[in-house]
Amino acid sequence: MLTIPRDLHDKIVAHARADHPDEACGVIAGPAGSDRPQRFIAMMNAERSPTFYRFDSAEQFRLWREMDDNDEEPVVIYHSHTATEAYPSRTDISYASEPEAHYVLVSTRDEDATEFRSYRITDGVVTEEPVTVVE
Amino acid sequence: MAIEVRIPTILRTYTDGAKQVEGTGSTLDELFTDLEQRHGGLRDRLVEGGGGLRRFVNVYLNDEDVRFLSGLDTPVKDGDTVTVLPAVAGGAL
Repeated sequence: MLTIPRDLHDKIVAHARADHPDEACGVIAGPAGSDRPQRFIAMMNAERSPTFYRFDSAEQFRLWREMDDNDEEPVVIYHSHTATEAYPSRTDISYASEPEAHYVLVSTRDEDATEFRSYRITDGVVTEEPVTVVE
Repeated sequence: MAIEVRIPTILRTYTDGAKQVEGTGSTLDELFTDLEQRHGGLRDRLVEGGGGLRRFVNVYLNDEDVRFLSGLDTPVKDGDTVTVLPAVAGGAL
């Protein structure tokens, strides 16, 4: 189950819409072990592609070092699909490397409605989970 | 003094859960070979069959991505910190 404050949910959606048709990506950090997403960090998509995303390696290093210093972890890792459904693809699954993170997928394929779904991905297995948006 | 190597969560199965290990070597390649002695299987997660760094694994020497230095031939020395982070990536396909 992913419990996420409304404002953070909306920031993810806004980022995905703004970068459409390129995939958008980012992290929501929270205190280590808390499972609480608190701090939104939009990341640059170094691929700048409508079908692929990758965190810029220097930006990722700085963020991971910062989270470590703050005793935070990546609670949510999000990215968008711009023409396909909000479900993890083969590449999403093979590159998922944070077993404790909630992988949020957003789809901007429909102009009027944004799909927002969350998954756990561990050892190549995808499990969808319910999302609770807290007002 | 040795070279400190920071290990990401998914590779800690090779280090008995340790988030940091130590090694020696004068290049990254030698360092990974040294680590393999004590953490069997780790090198294969970092270096591909052809001998280069694996594509979706980021390795940093202190603050710099070694792809912008000399890759596996990057010189390392005592007191350096090498950080490994799996790339965060994916896409529609």
